[in-house]
Amino acid sequence: MRGLSVFISEIRNCQNKEQERLRVDKELGHIRTRFKNEKGLTPYDKKKYVWKMLYIFMLGYDVDFGHMEAVSLISAPKYPEKQVGYLVTSCLLNENHDFLRLAINTVRNDIIGRNETFQCLALTLVGNIGGREFAESLAPDVQKLLISSSCRPLVKKKAALCLLRLFRKNPDIVNVDGWSDRMAQLLDERNLGVLTSSMSLFVSLVSNNHEAYWSCLPKCVRVLERLARNQDVPQEYTYYGIPSPWLQVKTMRALQYFPTIEDPNIRRALFDVLQRVLMGTDVVKNVNKNNASHAVLFEALALVMHLDAEKEMMSQCVALLGKFIAVREPNIRYLGLENMTRMLMVADLQEIIKRHQAQIITSLKDPDISIRRRALDLLYAMCDVSNAKDIVEELLQYLETAEFAMREELALKAAILAEKFAPDLSWYVDVILQLIDKAGDFVGDDIWFRVVQFVTNNEDLQPYAALKAREYIDKPAIHETMMKVSAYLLGEYSHLLARRPGCSPKEIFGIIHEKLPTVSTPTISILLSTYAKILMHSQPPDPELQNQIWATFSKYETSIDAEIQQRAIEYFALSKKGAALMDILAEMPKFPERESSLIKKAEDTEADTAELSAIKSRAQQQASNALVVTDQPANDRPQVAQLAMVKIPSTNKMENNHVDQEVTQPNGIIGEAELQNGDILGDLLSPLAIEGPPGVSGTETLSEDGALALAPVGEQENAVKPIVDIAELFYALCVKDSGVLYEDPYVQIGIKAEWRGHQGRLVLFLGNKTTSSLDSVHAVILSPSHLKLVLSSVPEIIPPRSQVQCPLEVVNLHPSRDVAVLDFSYKFGTNLVDNKLRLPAVLNKFFQPITLSAEEFFPQWRSLAAPPLKLQEVVRGVRAMTLGEMANLLNSLRLIVSPGLDPNANNIVASTTFNSETTRSMLCLVRIETDPADRTQLRMTVASADPTLTFELKEFIKEQLISIPSRPPVPQQPQPTTQPILSSDPGALLAGLL
Amino acid sequence: MGIRFILMVNKQGQTRLAQYYEYLTLEERRTLEGEIVRKCLARNEQQCSFVEHRTYKIVYRRYASLFFLVGVDNEENELAILEFIHLLVETMDRHFGNVCELDIMFHLEKAHFMLEEMVMNGCIVETSKNNILAPIQLMDKAS
Repeated sequence: MRGLSVFISEIRNCQNKEQERLRVDKELGHIRTRFKNEKGLTPYDKKKYVWKMLYIFMLGYDVDFGHMEAVSLISAPKYPEKQVGYLVTSCLLNENHDFLRLAINTVRNDIIGRNETFQCLALTLVGNIGGREFAESLAPDVQKLLISSSCRPLVKKKAALCLLRLFRKNPDIVNVDGWSDRMAQLLDERNLGVLTSSMSLFVSLVSNNHEAYWSCLPKCVRVLERLARNQDVPQEYTYYGIPSPWLQVKTMRALQYFPTIEDPNIRRALFDVLQRVLMGTDVVKNVNKNNASHAVLFEALALVMHLDAEKEMMSQCVALLGKFIAVREPNIRYLGLENMTRMLMVADLQEIIKRHQAQIITSLKDPDISIRRRALDLLYAMCDVSNAKDIVEELLQYLETAEFAMREELALKAAILAEKFAPDLSWYVDVILQLIDKAGDFVGDDIWFRVVQFVTNNEDLQPYAALKAREYIDKPAIHETMMKVSAYLLGEYSHLLARRPGCSPKEIFGIIHEKLPTVSTPTISILLSTYAKILMHSQPPDPELQNQIWATFSKYETSIDAEIQQRAIEYFALSKKGAALMDILAEMPKFPERESSLIKKAEDTEADTAELSAIKSRAQQQASNALVVTDQPANDRPQVAQLAMVKIPSTNKMENNHVDQEVTQPNGIIGEAELQNGDILGDLLSPLAIEGPPGVSGTETLSEDGALALAPVGEQENAVKPIVDIAELFYALCVKDSGVLYEDPYVQIGIKAEWRGHQGRLVLFLGNKTTSSLDSVHAVILSPSHLKLVLSSVPEIIPPRSQVQCPLEVVNLHPSRDVAVLDFSYKFGTNLVDNKLRLPAVLNKFFQPITLSAEEFFPQWRSLAAPPLKLQEVVRGVRAMTLGEMANLLNSLRLIVSPGLDPNANNIVASTTFNSETTRSMLCLVRIETDPADRTQLRMTVASADPTLTFELKEFIKEQLISIPSRPPVPQQPQPTTQPILSSDPGALLAGLL
Repeated sequence: MGIRFILMVNKQGQTRLAQYYEYLTLEERRTLEGEIVRKCLARNEQQCSFVEHRTYKIVYRRYASLFFLVGVDNEENELAILEFIHLLVETMDRHFGNVCELDIMFHLEKAHFMLEEMVMNGCIVETSKNNILAPIQLMDKAS
């Protein structure tokens, strides 16, 4: 085509991008006018212009016209035009394009027609961009072609991949029931082209439902045998003497979707082949042959790992991988490292792999970032107590030279490993401080908070940490984060160093104060606290120091920042109080033990697996199912739960509730542990508190019941009982914005809420139903750390038959599932009535619904690729509901379900945006894959750009989905004899006691 | 799903052929191509043929002035893709005889037809050079 060649060379001759653009614009204008006036446009012209359009499109210019012309070429009678029409259409358009609809009839006629070349073209188009409508009208035709005995290989291979697309996109439309027999037949195919395509189709089918395709397993093994023994493989299908490496790889991949191979004969046959591959692959001179044979070898390794062969073969694999990670050839080294990481996840080979540690560390210094990344992943995976020190120190060293792209990951990994495997705490402090020093920009707040927690909770560590902080703060130009952590530590603990040179309060103050002009606003607040602490610790007071600090305080009394201003004023006033200051500014109390958010991240990452085969990862997740609340066997939890259980029935309700509140509130985990029992507790102890059958709440409310366990229990002591089911009301309010929160014979509390972004405004309506006034009315908000709640003043007396309104401002700081509690009490006559009511300021209130199209959803979904941003979990014990009900549930939580986005009808895809002060408005994506055969389990994947949000959201949805089995009333019989159950199940224990 | 896209890009970073097996908007393609080309072209002979980028793994190979870049997902065998690139080049070689950048540039349609015979919807359809080239030879004869 001369015109096309001329155009291409003209473009090629353009000196710069601007010229190119002008030339393209000119051409587009020309094509447009030619297309407008169809007269005199020969098929050849059309073809030429359509090619030009494709070329221009490929250069990255928008081609927003002429699609019609491309599509119309499909109906051309002659092959050359038709071919161009098909090809260009499949490049320019996507499945949602309206013009495609116009072509459906032509495409169908070509597919069912007798012209084989036309059939191929049509099948290719559908295979590349066929959407729903194509599936609806064409799937049976394509299936017929695939199994027809008269259909020639060249058509058949395209039909196989065409069906693959239709099935993958619309599994609800394409009926593959009973296809296992047909698939088995296809796998008997002699033609390797057809077999290659069929194998791809098979992988897709079997990954969707391997149970249905057991009968095909022996066929796959036979294919491998045929290829491996090099029997009747036509010359043209061997590649550098190797029988189609691509088909071998595909077949081995297919086998990895079967959990295991039962039949000993087939197993033996397969292992023969694998053994031959493992042993018989030599390094040869020819690069292509080498690559091809190693492609097969690596796939064989993966398959052996998957089938978890006899240990003998496993150690062979390790030996091979050990060899690979030491070779010079970078590709093999890369894959060696990658596969070794996988291997760690499937088998317990830590010790053998550790032998290669030195080699792996060398790879961490490789000039190639791809290899360094693999080495980092592997080091992270193989780290344990024994080698943590070495590995973390290597990572720290590497941090200094690492490129920007890797630093954040490195810092996080080093911090996690240091915390997880610290041989002693001072080492941990060293590591984190070094980390902040070397890569402060990449160290998140949670990392330095964690150090402070450790130091606060370990007295032995305090002087050491203070000394270290003193050393770092001396350095010029230290990082802001280092400033924060050092200032905090010195404020708390520098008095422990007072005897050392250069560590007198005055000197410490001097050195910190020197840096004050260079730090940001949030850090100034920390420094002010530090000053107050230093002042408090300098006894007897040093008048000069005192004056200096007072001067600083008074300087900031007029700060524009409210936080700084408040601190300055308060500290100034407090510091005038002399000895009383000691009590007020005393050392921070120990933090309650809590699970590290970092470790949590780490564990999720592990549970989530790296790139294993689909089956493997599923198996892994099942193993780590401990994540599901209901079967959590973590050792410390039952104890806590028992504690709470024992206390609650005891007499003084107020005290206990407070204690429990304090114990549980800061620690989400304990809260969770408790919630399992909450429900039980409700059942066992209080037919009094909760109206309605206790079982009901089991189906409706799950997690929330846990926290609520506090409320009804408190009430049983109250002389006045609510006349509503508080749990149910709370639950209802979680999905709507106004309603009754609480009601008893005297008082009714209503609530009305408005939510905007990360803020909310609630109004509490406190109504006195009686004809006398209510006294001593108190309302206090117990807010979790992620919410800023400001309740306007509540009048102490509510006049008879009247209602007062108390606005409550809510600001969501960061994602968390914790729930705010309203402690509401009043006096009626001599009765003090006190209730703790959960406020419906829950996670989903900060969702803003959003509906995404496939084009918007998938790129986001893909870009949030891995933990901690994307987390996956298999959830068991899902309460009974249909898919529709589940979708409704999600919608009611403002997680908007996008029907049809997921090709599999058993899956639900939903999206929303979450708002908080730290995350701002952030997109959240959720995918739930259900199993039609087993409705009690599902796999959930949650993604957002914030790790905490992802985790909290995942847990939140899980709480909504699972059901805690409702327990029958306590049978009047001796304790069950099974001891282990008893000890691990506080509910049963309590049942026994009662 | 295997292969997500195939790019042929010259030393100067100009795209000579682009075939996507998943839908990306023009803007997304432009950014993606820019990022990948920048990453891969900066690499040297001693470095491996795999580059991780976003959720893709790029398997690439250089032939004289032309880079062949294939984006795959985690479900692909890297070395098999690397040799698939070579198979593609050998196939073109057989047709054009000593294939070079200009052949691909000026016979865009043929390059596309070949690719279409080899890959469909991200899966490998055919690996026999005879079978891949048969339709093109037929067409050449006809014209």
